[in-house]
Amino acid sequence: MSADTPIIETRRLGRDFKVRDGVRRRTLTAVDDLDISVAAGEAVGYIGANGAGKSTTIKMLCGILVPTRGSVTTCGLRPVADRRELARQVGVVFGQRTQLWWDLPVRESFTILSAIHGLGAAEEAARTGELVERLELAEFLATPVRQLSLGQRMRAEVAAALLHSPRLVILDEPTIGLDVLSKQRLREFLVAERTTHGTTLLLTTHDMGDVERLCDRVLLVDRGRLVWDGTLAGLSRTVGAQRVLVVDLAESTPDLVDVASTQHIGSEGGGLRQRLAFDPDTTTAAKVLAAVSERVEVLDLAVEEPDVEDVVRRVYAARR
Amino acid sequence: MADPTSSVAVLTRPYRAVLASRIRSQRSYRANFTVDLVSSLLVGIVELAEVGVLFLNVDRLGGLELTQILIVFGLADLAFSVADLAFGHCDNLPTYLRAGTLDVFYLRPQPLLLQLITSDISLRRLARAMVGLASLVTGLVLVDIDWSFAAVALLLVSALSGIATFAAMFVWAAGAQFFLIDGAEATNAFVYGGRYAASQPASVWNRPLKVVFGFFFPMAFTAYLPTVTLLGLPGTDLMPSWLGWCAPLAAAFTWAMALLAWRIGVRHYRGGGG
Repeated sequence: MSADTPIIETRRLGRDFKVRDGVRRRTLTAVDDLDISVAAGEAVGYIGANGAGKSTTIKMLCGILVPTRGSVTTCGLRPVADRRELARQVGVVFGQRTQLWWDLPVRESFTILSAIHGLGAAEEAARTGELVERLELAEFLATPVRQLSLGQRMRAEVAAALLHSPRLVILDEPTIGLDVLSKQRLREFLVAERTTHGTTLLLTTHDMGDVERLCDRVLLVDRGRLVWDGTLAGLSRTVGAQRVLVVDLAESTPDLVDVASTQHIGSEGGGLRQRLAFDPDTTTAAKVLAAVSERVEVLDLAVEEPDVEDVVRRVYAARR
Repeated sequence: MADPTSSVAVLTRPYRAVLASRIRSQRSYRANFTVDLVSSLLVGIVELAEVGVLFLNVDRLGGLELTQILIVFGLADLAFSVADLAFGHCDNLPTYLRAGTLDVFYLRPQPLLLQLITSDISLRRLARAMVGLASLVTGLVLVDIDWSFAAVALLLVSALSGIATFAAMFVWAAGAQFFLIDGAEATNAFVYGGRYAASQPASVWNRPLKVVFGFFFPMAFTAYLPTVTLLGLPGTDLMPSWLGWCAPLAAAFTWAMALLAWRIGVRHYRGGGG
């Protein structure tokens, strides 16, 4: 396959499920008319509400599910017919299900996976070494998987999925349940992996931080259909997603309802903490802060980004 | 690879790696393993004792004496235990289906069924196999057998075919699990019921039972029929003695059914017009 062939390409892809509704059977369309094209080396966020069809799409990309309609090629291969060849080129991390051997030390899972993917001894040592170092796995390599913390297990899962140096890495909710530090480490690793090896990333997530820090491009699905394909900034602008400045004030203050270009959305502790929403296109956090500081002393502040849920909700609301 | 032995080594490496790790892990939990081994041994002995208790009341069962029954029981239990050791964990498929871990098998470059079969090995079932072997050897020593090349060949072929037949039963049951959520009870009736049926002389079964466990699930071919052939006894209704030589055919038939069931099951799972 040539370099400019898309690594993922779907044409009018669709998948129905037959569900039993009491005694009647009805057809549920999980994915419909999906046209996606992802070039090699891209990092794409695949977002949408629960049940929007994200996991179904991923399963069709990997050859786990057979499409009802349309076509799909992954790494230039037909996922169902060429599943075994495709498995050598794709790495998948399912945040919710493990591919490690739970009763064995982490190291042992890597040995088995090296055998499964037929890595040579030198290749195995080099790649394992690289992943252990970058994902900081050394301290728990000898620990059985079932004794790992969620953050540790997730790093081990990612290493397991990437051991055979796949061209395409698909991550389904990789940061779900992780603490801030663990998320940060994982994101840094994925960025580095992409820079060094030119790996293509496709990830589903509910975490805006993942999309912001990892993805150049966002695909948003609603009820199985693609409703946005472009940058996250563009998406946020389209739906008018706002950032929120949270300020902790030195004294109880009446609600700050008239700060220029902002909207007061809540107060706590008798006005000690207030939340002001603003549109990043019309003002900046610094300007809002300055305006508030003129009236009352600000002790602490935080800026909340629009989260994926919020953006998704706005898109969905606009479509209904 | 030009060298055929090295290409076999390459092809089997994934499976060997998993199995070696399973064995290591079972051995590393020694106390656990010993308890498993002992309890598995006890179950085997209790089942053998059941046969003994039966013979406190009767002299013959289905035309066979106790010592002859020991051969039937031994052959059946040995074959089942070995199949159980290597294939028994196919029973775990419903758990994999519910937890979604079967999807992980799809992400590896090996055939799904081979991955499932080699995903584990239950060494504790060796204890059970030992009970079967002991029963078989005891029977063979106590019964007067005309030892010829044919007799030895019959015994070996029957034992191997029996293992294959029971193994296929596990695969068949796994294939059916794709359709029957929580259907393990139903398939267990045939897999474990089949094991129980196999350890009895088919001559005591009524006709419907003979059709089900004699031919559809060819349990009679794993122990009873080879035994009557070996001992030169007449067969029974629907089952002439020469059928004892047909154990490999029964195994092939069961495997064909099993692979068909597996194929249909996987198609159903993937939703590809199954």
